[in-house]
Amino acid sequence: MVSIRTVDATVDFPIFDAKSRSLKKTVLGMVGGNIDSESKVPVINALRDITVDINHGDRVGLVGHNGAGKSTLLRLLSGIYEPTSGTSEVRGRVAPVFDLGVGMDPEISGLENIIIRGLFLGMTRKQMVARIDDIADFTELGDFLRMPLRTYSTGMRVRLALGVVTSIDPEILLLDEGIGAVDAAFLEKARGRLSDLVDRAGLLVFASHSDEFLEQLCTTAIWMEHGRIKEQGPLSAVLRHYKGLPEPAEPAP
Amino acid sequence: MPCVIASTSLPETAWARTVRDLAGGWAQRQLWAHLGWQDIRQRYRRSVLGPLWITISMAVTAVALGILYAGLFGNPLETQLPYILVGFIVWGFISGCINEGSEVFVANEGLIKQLPAPLSVHVYRLVWRQTLFFLHNLVVYVVMLAIFPQPLTWRSLTALVALALLMVNGVWVSLLFGIVSTRFRDLVPISQSIVQLMFFMTPIVWIYGDLLNSSNPTVAERARIAEFNPFLHFLEIIRAPLLGQDQHWRHWAVVLAITVVGWALTLVAMRKYRSRVAYWV
Repeated sequence: MVSIRTVDATVDFPIFDAKSRSLKKTVLGMVGGNIDSESKVPVINALRDITVDINHGDRVGLVGHNGAGKSTLLRLLSGIYEPTSGTSEVRGRVAPVFDLGVGMDPEISGLENIIIRGLFLGMTRKQMVARIDDIADFTELGDFLRMPLRTYSTGMRVRLALGVVTSIDPEILLLDEGIGAVDAAFLEKARGRLSDLVDRAGLLVFASHSDEFLEQLCTTAIWMEHGRIKEQGPLSAVLRHYKGLPEPAEPAP
Repeated sequence: MPCVIASTSLPETAWARTVRDLAGGWAQRQLWAHLGWQDIRQRYRRSVLGPLWITISMAVTAVALGILYAGLFGNPLETQLPYILVGFIVWGFISGCINEGSEVFVANEGLIKQLPAPLSVHVYRLVWRQTLFFLHNLVVYVVMLAIFPQPLTWRSLTALVALALLMVNGVWVSLLFGIVSTRFRDLVPISQSIVQLMFFMTPIVWIYGDLLNSSNPTVAERARIAEFNPFLHFLEIIRAPLLGQDQHWRHWAVVLAITVVGWALTLVAMRKYRSRVAYWV
């Protein structure tokens, strides 16, 4: 069964500056001893007390200001970061869509990039070859697919990446927004495909600043603030509190 | 701090996660096999001869140095050149695994932070790439066989076992060095300098047997120190069969011991620090 479960999960980043990361300092520290605060590595508490229970069929929106921990939480939920304390258990094949550019090689053709990208997302070569026509149609890139990726404009790259991502069958789909730089007509088309993808996915977590997108794709929401979960619940309620809007008036009789 | 597993439902221990990383990475061999091959094509993209340049540069180096050192040491060319060539090919694999291994996670920072793939994927890719380099260089060896035939026997096939052992060791070396030097970046230049130094300390250009049997007793005595050099044994188990020479079983024993100890160390390091790599890169 597809699920993500975390209990009191914490994510702390040690920040090694040039000095403290070096072996010299550690060795000298061991010999000399008694170096107090200076020998400590500064730590950023990115996430604190994260307890979530997301199951098959759940569609969770992630809201919060910049730096509230949305992206880090997505990385925790994907299993990229294992918690520094607390626990996390991710069951199911994860398809993270955080950075559309990662794993793309500018020197090879669009077609080759489609295959590689698919392999990265856990597909087999055979599965990707079977999908390549569908992806090529969707991207509308035509003969450009045989050109190296470095000749593509930003928008064309986004099309390619979206084409691959929306063609797979993920069990756990983790979306971080940043799907910009595409023209409006294409975005409409991508929306259709995105919601198809979400329908196919066993479980969705979607970080976005767009109410419209959130309402279209999600049913519940998590509100992040300063690395903690401020509120979890139905999307409309969380959004309302997050925006500081008044409670809806009682429906008129 | 490794993550503390305290969940009630099917707790997965740190050992289980370590094994899952290694096995999960192996299961994705379509991915790393493709990427490893891609790395090689990438390096020679838009060049007419492509990866054939690997072969050519190895041939040029081996022939030039073979002639140089045959002259310097007063050895016959048909002994010195094959010796240097095989030594270079094997050394290329060993030094590649160590040097690139210490940077393997730092170099893949983007992928590690964006995709929840097993760490071992990056290491398998690296060792596979080095193996492909090795195979390209082996072409020079085959050509060399035509010019300077070696007394090969069926026992020469042990070179295949030796190559497999080199690869198995390449994996733990990259994993261990990769994890440690992601945390302590100074280890990258340190290990690169050591590898550079070991090139001269290891019998690659100089012929070990000649020094051992040197008429000068001081030289013969000093040559024995080379036995403490682990690279000597890795080199011997593959070079001797490729040149049709006899080899002493102690080289295999040392290599097997290093394989076991190295993997044990690596598994312990992975159990404790594997999950930290994503935080450190």
